[in-house]
Formats: sequence, C-alpha cells, structure tokens
Amino acid sequence: MTMLAAIRETIVDEMARDDRVVLLGEDVGVNGGVFRATDGVLERFGPRRVFDTPLAEAVIVGASVGLSAAGLVPLAEIQFAGFSLQAYHQVVGQLARMRYRSRGRFHCPVTVRAPYGGGVRTPELHPDSVEGPYAHAPGLTVVVPSNASDARGLLTSAIRSEDPVLFFEPIPCYRTTGEVPDGEHVVPLGRAEVVREGDDAVVIAWGAMVDVARAASDAARDARGASVGVVDLRTLRPFDTETIVRAAERAGRVVVVHEAPLTAGFGAEVVATLQEEAFYSLEAPIKRVAGYDVGSPPPLVEDWCRPDVTRVVAALDATLDA
Amino acid sequence: MTDVDTTARITDPEFASVLMADLLFTRRASERFWNLQRQGRLTTVAPLTGQEAAVVGAVRALDLETDWLVPYYRDVTGFGALGDEFMEQLVVYWRGHPDGGRIPEGVRCLPVQISLGTQLPHAAGLAWGLALRDDPGVVCTFLGDGATSEGDFYEAINLAGVQRAPLIVVCINNGWAISTPTTRQTAAETFAAKAVAAGIPGVRVDGNDVLAVLDATRTARLRAAAGDGPTLIEAVTYRMGAHTNSDDPTRYVPDDELQDWRRRDPIERFRTELQRAGLWDDERHAATAATVEARLEGIIDRALAREVVPAAALDHVTAAGDARTAAQRAEIVARSAPDDAPDDASGAHDAPDEDTGVVSWRA
Repeated sequence: MTMLAAIRETIVDEMARDDRVVLLGEDVGVNGGVFRATDGVLERFGPRRVFDTPLAEAVIVGASVGLSAAGLVPLAEIQFAGFSLQAYHQVVGQLARMRYRSRGRFHCPVTVRAPYGGGVRTPELHPDSVEGPYAHAPGLTVVVPSNASDARGLLTSAIRSEDPVLFFEPIPCYRTTGEVPDGEHVVPLGRAEVVREGDDAVVIAWGAMVDVARAASDAARDARGASVGVVDLRTLRPFDTETIVRAAERAGRVVVVHEAPLTAGFGAEVVATLQEEAFYSLEAPIKRVAGYDVGSPPPLVEDWCRPDVTRVVAALDATLDA
Repeated sequence: MTDVDTTARITDPEFASVLMADLLFTRRASERFWNLQRQGRLTTVAPLTGQEAAVVGAVRALDLETDWLVPYYRDVTGFGALGDEFMEQLVVYWRGHPDGGRIPEGVRCLPVQISLGTQLPHAAGLAWGLALRDDPGVVCTFLGDGATSEGDFYEAINLAGVQRAPLIVVCINNGWAISTPTTRQTAAETFAAKAVAAGIPGVRVDGNDVLAVLDATRTARLRAAAGDGPTLIEAVTYRMGAHTNSDDPTRYVPDDELQDWRRRDPIERFRTELQRAGLWDDERHAATAATVEARLEGIIDRALAREVVPAAALDHVTAAGDARTAAQRAEIVARSAPDDAPDDASGAHDAPDEDTGVVSWRA
C-alpha cells in the first residue's frame, strides 16, 4: 500500500469511528485534495463533515481552534507545508496555546496535515521543510512519518490526540509502497523507531531522509563493513530522547540528517541533547548533514542542496575515521 | 449597508436598571483597574472608559445561556454580565497570575486575546461549529478599528459569510489604535463598509447609544439564529482614556476632540434619557452606584488574595505533559519551595499519564 492510500484509509476510518471529526482545507472535498489524499471522503461523509474552505490558511487553522471550542475534532489540510507560513501566527500563537492560555478549560484536538519535501521539482514554497520552527512551539506535537505503516499509525494517534498535532507528509514517500497492518494500527506519538541497530555509527533522520539514511547505511556496510544503525525520529516534539541516547551510546558515533536548512534546524536540538546526555559515550564529534542554508532551491539545483546518500556516506566516513 | 432604527427606546424599568448598572460597573472597573495598576497590583490594564455602551449594549442583546463571547483585551471590562467569578478571573488575569486565563465553567466565553484580530477566526470557527452541532447559540466577537486592518479579520468574515455562520462581529471604532487615527487605518469610508467584500451586512451604529447598540445586536442575533449568517456592526465611539497604562495619549489626541467626545459621554447620555422617561432619578443612581462599588470591591479583594504557585507556570502546556516540561516544573518547585517542604514534581496535568515521555493519545 502507498503512503497516500494509508493516509486516505486512516482518514476514512477515523471519521467513521468518531463523528466529531470534520475535514477542512483547500480542495479537499470535490477534488479529493491535490494529491488525492482525501479522495472519496466527501462522497462518504457528506457536506456537513467535509469542507472546501476559502483559500486562506490562517482561517483554516484559526477556525479549527473555534471548531474545537464547539466540541468538534478538526482535521485540517494545508495544501503544502510552505504555505503554513501564512498561518504561522494561528498555529504557534493560537492553536498551540489555547490549552495553556485557558488553563485547560479549552483545548484543540486539531490535526493539521501538510505535504512537504524536495526532490520532486516543485516551485518555491512547495518543497520547504518547515518542521523546525513548529518544533520550537510549546503545546504542539510535530510528526513526520517516513513510511506507509507509520503514516497510518501516527495519523491515527494524531487525530485521537487531545492536543494539536502538525503532521508533515513527505511528498517523495507518498507513492512508495510498504506493508500496512490490517485493521486498527496505532503508533504512539513521541516514540522513535530503531530502523536498524548499529554498532559503529548511527544515523538519526526523519521523513524522506530515513530512506537516504538506510541507503547510506547499506553503502557503508558494503564499502567498509561498518555496522551503521538508523533511527527514525518520527515525532520531533516531544522527541524520544531515550531511544536516541541509547543508540548513540551503543554506536558512539552519530550523524543527524535533515532536509531543512542546517542553521538552527531541528538537528541542532538533537545534537545538543546527545551532547548533554550521551557525551561520555561519544567517540567522535557528531556530524550534521542538512539542506544548505537557502530558501527553496529552484528545481534544477535542488538536488545539489538536499542531503543525499553520497553526502551522508561522506559524513559517516568522516566520523568513522575520526 | 443597512440603516439602523435608533428610535426604539426603553420602557422596562428593570432592564433600564440592568443596563445602567452594567455601564456604571464598567466605568468604575476601568478606573479601579487603572489605580490598581498604578499601585503595582495589576501588571497591565486597557481602560474601556467612554466605550462602555458599545460593549454593554451588545452583550445585553445576547442570550448568555446559549450564546458565546469571543473577546480581545479591552472589551472584557464590559463583560460584567458574565458574573462575579468571570470578573474576578479577569482581575487575576491582569495581575499576571497564571490562573487568570481560566474562564469559569459554564461561562461561554473564550480567553482574553492579546494578538490583534486573531480571535476573529476562532469566533468564525466556533459559530460554524455550533451550527454544525445544531446548537442554538450564536457567537459575538469584538475587535477594534485597528484590528480590521489585519488579514485575520477579512479571512474570518469571508469564511463566516460562505458558511453562513451565526456570528456577530462588533467593531468598536473608538477613533484610535494607540496613536494611529482611523484616517491612517483605512481609506474605506466606514469600517462597516468592509462587510461588503465578504458579502455580509455591515451596520454602522452610534456606539455611545446603548439602546442603539442593543437594537443593532438584537437584529444581528435574530439574523444569525435564523441561519442567515453573520453581521458586521461598527459601533462608533471614542476612547476617552489611554490605550493602556503604558500609553500617554496627550502626545497625540487633540484636546478639543477629547472634550467634544466627553460631552457625549454614553453614561450621562443614558442617564438623561432614563430620567426624561421617568425611569431614573438621583436616588436610584446613587443606590446603583453604591451596589456596583460593593460588587467591584468584593471581586477585587478576592482576586488580589489569590495565591501564586510558581510551578503553575509549567502546567497545562499539553494534556499529559512531557519529560522536559516535567523536569522544568520540578526545577521551579525545587527553587521555589521552602527548604523543609516536600518536592511536588508530579505536576497538574489535564489527563495525567504514567508515561510522561509522550503526549497523551486515546486508543
């Protein structure tokens, strides 16, 4: 099953399970979403559960805050994560804070889904990885699945969460297939996944970079017989400190990979945490492989800026030889 | 644009008394809060002096058993109709106390909004949601003239128009956005005219006439409750005081303009009208003022007595909390506790979870 199909099935199942769930966003109804992630949902649940909104990201998020106060469970879509910048103040300043501001009288069980990610030749602001600034916002949960099974399990948890979840879907993974368990499948928020154990080094990644990390691990094994682990962080806020510390302690060498620009990216948080909690197990400085420090690089040069297997292998070589 | 009938006048002495008590309460609350801020007991205050009728008239047009209010920061001083506990929480809020944001159970009002215009999308969503749930309530939200320049204002009335949400938007045009006059805020002829772009009715009403505001809001409420959608009401009034305690309006408000508006004081105007109608006299006025004063003092006394628990700063971030906020809370507990007090690092979360490392989710 593709990640897109897994997401679509999850939306249908959760809307069937809980009639408080309403779907809203640009083109999510009649058109079924620009990626068809909500194809057939309007036909199934009708116009009192599924809404094509005006083209206005701030009010999609802001209205979700109000819909929550009315007792509904909004599942909102922002067509591309880069466009969530037009709703940034409603996400970070409002959605994330309503529980805190109201001392628990009001809360927002809102899920905001948004595709992101480069490598598919989209115009500016379509490929942007914007998880970092949202992971900085107290009150939010930030999730990035890397495969179909986790997309199903994590989206289920997100929709059922009592608190707002930003759910970033990597476009390059939308059409890759993977096994998805039949029936209810729940992956808890806040837990990383050890994709493979490693004794010599570990790569920590999320989203589309997990496949890159896995390929780099294969390459390092083939080239130099290194045992390189891969950890898929899956949830960036709150993130699973325990699992990454354990992996770092076991391997002693760490590479963190993300698609977003390097400077002040979420990798810095991961590195700082490992420095605080696993310093004495480290045998070499932690390396970061990230997008270069530009906005959306134009399609014909984006591959030069995104982390790829070659760059991750080079970082692994550097840390293994250090 | 619709003309509002301002000739509907009051005959019910009991209701006249309710309105007058609300107006006096609001005026005195603004004054008392200002003094408390000057004494260092409140951190910030935003006086409503001069604009009382615009808020009280709208609030009293609602059915507070079913309808919701979505405020910003200035209008709330005029929400005395929501009860003593609500007003006590407001004073607690302006103290800067963490518990102040909690609206009492059963009171249909969202927390005070600080960021201009951002409450409009919440109000639109709440109204839309009430309609989807077949709830009979309507939503009344307030914003200033300046906040109509925010994109959120337009996005919200536009969505509410499309969904025919039961929403009343009251724009309190008090002439000033801190130091910026309305002429620098928009080239639109009126703020009510902004409704045209959203395809909803825009009404301009004398905001210093409590009965006119009441009437316009009642009309908008009937329209909303009938499923005919939102209304934008522009209540024209004047900010007779400062923006907040940190503002000095003498730097920019022309004195003759202020004096002109003082002559149109909404409370004096209503009092004169009631006296002419034989519904009011000096004795009643003095008695009402005394009742208001006692009520306000009780509210303030209780609010100022509320203890501050430093570790409460880390509560209610998420339902279950997470490992980091739990550790940070424990740090405040340790730093704030007397040496012999036992540590309470458990926190007060909305849905305690034994696994503090994850955000809660319901299976």
